[in-house]
Amino acid sequence: MSKNIDINVHHITRVEGHGNITVNVKDGKIEKCEWQVPEAPRFFEAMVRGRRWDDIQTIVSRICGICSISHSFSAIKAVEDALGLEITEQADKIRLLLHYSEQLQSHVLHVGYLVAPDLFGEKSVVPLVPKAPDAVKTIIKAHRVANQWSELIAGRITHPITIIPGGLSRIPTEQQFRDLQNQLKAIVPDLVTICKVVLSVADRLPNFIRETEYVSLAKKGTYAFYHGDITSSDGHTKPVREWESVANEYVHPQSTAKWCKWHRESYATGALARYNNNYRFISPLGKTVADMFGLKPGVCGPFLNNVAQLAEAAHVVEVSIQMIDELLTKGLKNEKVVVKPKAGRGYGAVEAPRGILFHAYEFNKNGECTWGNMCIPTNQNHANIQKDFEKMVPEFMHMGQDGLRQTMEMLVRSYDPCISCSTHFLNVEFV
Amino acid sequence: MTKPRVAIFDFACCEGCQLQIVNLEEEILDLIGTVDVVEWREAMSEQSHDYDIAIIEGSITRLEDEKRIEIIRSRAKILIALGACATIGGVNKLKNNFSITDVKSCVYGKHADMPHLDTYYTKAIDEIVPVDFKVHGCPINGREFAAIVRALLLGKKPFVPDYPVCVECKALENVCRWEYNEPCLGPIIRAGCEAKCPSAGYRCFGCRGYVDHPNVDAAREVIDKYGLSLDDLRTRMVLFGSKQGPTL
Ligand code: SF4
Ligand code: SF4
Ligand code: SF4
Repeated sequence: MSKNIDINVHHITRVEGHGNITVNVKDGKIEKCEWQVPEAPRFFEAMVRGRRWDDIQTIVSRICGICSISHSFSAIKAVEDALGLEITEQADKIRLLLHYSEQLQSHVLHVGYLVAPDLFGEKSVVPLVPKAPDAVKTIIKAHRVANQWSELIAGRITHPITIIPGGLSRIPTEQQFRDLQNQLKAIVPDLVTICKVVLSVADRLPNFIRETEYVSLAKKGTYAFYHGDITSSDGHTKPVREWESVANEYVHPQSTAKWCKWHRESYATGALARYNNNYRFISPLGKTVADMFGLKPGVCGPFLNNVAQLAEAAHVVEVSIQMIDELLTKGLKNEKVVVKPKAGRGYGAVEAPRGILFHAYEFNKNGECTWGNMCIPTNQNHANIQKDFEKMVPEFMHMGQDGLRQTMEMLVRSYDPCISCSTHFLNVEFV
Repeated sequence: MTKPRVAIFDFACCEGCQLQIVNLEEEILDLIGTVDVVEWREAMSEQSHDYDIAIIEGSITRLEDEKRIEIIRSRAKILIALGACATIGGVNKLKNNFSITDVKSCVYGKHADMPHLDTYYTKAIDEIVPVDFKVHGCPINGREFAAIVRALLLGKKPFVPDYPVCVECKALENVCRWEYNEPCLGPIIRAGCEAKCPSAGYRCFGCRGYVDHPNVDAAREVIDKYGLSLDDLRTRMVLFGSKQGPTL
């Protein structure tokens, strides 16, 4: 076994955005082990200043193409908080349905297109097509259904159009909801198939565990994605309005994106964090999937995030089928939104597929934005990835250069990072 | 005949346009069959310096990225700008409303001078190197992208609409947003999105950029009926690629 390792992954592939891995081992001694984020920052907090209260979601949705629905929602919730707007029960339900579509779309894309190649030992999903044609077809089908679901409610797959402060600009018809429900019922067996395929290669997920603080939304009685308070697996809770004192963002020389910490040196957010904090309320099908993989609440293995994503994919589909029934039983109403801008500051949070996502804005009396702040899940995970690296390198050094590099890349991918959005923000107080 | 080699690169952007390519699902597999994708960081691990067609997503916001795009241009026979960030600077140009010092200190506070946080004014790709084809929109329309690539592979000139969004909007029989006094930019914006926003009950905010010839019937009709002027509409183009004075 070689005692020297020199890993330099410039722009890790199959993740959203740019990240670098540097490891330097000399004579068995680790000299350097770094997770770096060199992505070009985009300065959204600065760019929203001067823009109107009803243009904010259109701008910040462009922070991330994969979680554009979550960015719009987190922004809209902050704007509604600032302007003191309440939305109707119907609008709340339809928004939640739309939010679920993004979870399914992103989870299927991540596990199916970006993680599966690792598990099958391929460099991308394309060579997987001849190897496992039925599995790839099933993944494509589930992904397409998720996209059509988003498009139906949001008016477009990426960068939703219909979500506006105070409600929605347009809602689907009863017939469209019914068709959607049928499509969702039809993909349940497909989701089970995808889970079985992943299960068949799950032994290739590296066995790595590190005690971690997990942070997500949580709300009694529901597996929280859109409502609830900020909750830590260490037993702490804070209202969404206080998110800045949860994220505690700081500038790090390794990264154009800021890093975060709450009670420990780092924390993790994402599907596994949600699962650990909400597992009591996962749907029966979600639980079946979790049990299939032996996913126990309280686990601290970053690679199990991918398993939690599969359990959530099953959960959101099952819960949505039921929600459509509730909506249709009540009957759909056409609701017109009228808003009068006022001065104020507001905070919002939702769960993006890759973890908890915070936005905050302030408006003057004309409804022009004077201040904005956002903190995305990938930022919140950067410090945790670094801490995982520090434990992982000595444990996996025996695999040699290539094995270690691949395991580290897989680790980063397991967090489902969207690095491109993690460098867009911040606005932190520096003391 | 060897297949054309295609590479996809991203700069400052949300990567939503690449996602529209992924969303073509089966169709993308067909397209991939007719070309050799040699680099696509978001979807595969392979990387290459040898390509015929470069597809560029995102805006240029750093000097180091200007160099990178020049190198890509020198290697590629055909360069395609993908999406509003690349074609007109997209929402990234909102940054140009402020001074760079202000933007940096707003985001990074007292750390603004750390060298790795450096940034510059946002530029569209054709402000630095010549662009052969533009795929408009934020995000792009996946079907339009597939049609453009197919035309290029057949050696034909791709079709890009040069009439305003109103034409598509009227054909879909939408109620005009101006009927509710909502400032829709449809009359001055290039069509090709199938009037996505008005069809979803929302105003067009201009993501496909200005149309060269706005003066067609459908747009005239709207402008006359609601007493609008092209100049007034242009001043309302504040979100995409137009430098406006800050209101602060
Ligand atoms: S044009 Fe829009 S969708 Fe495309 S990369 Fe830029 S911000 Fe994203
Ligand atoms: S101005 Fe009216 S007709 Fe033209 S695109 Fe907008 S909504 Fe449609
Ligand atoms: S309607 Fe306007 S803003 Fe909407 S997609 Fe079309 S060009 Fe873009």
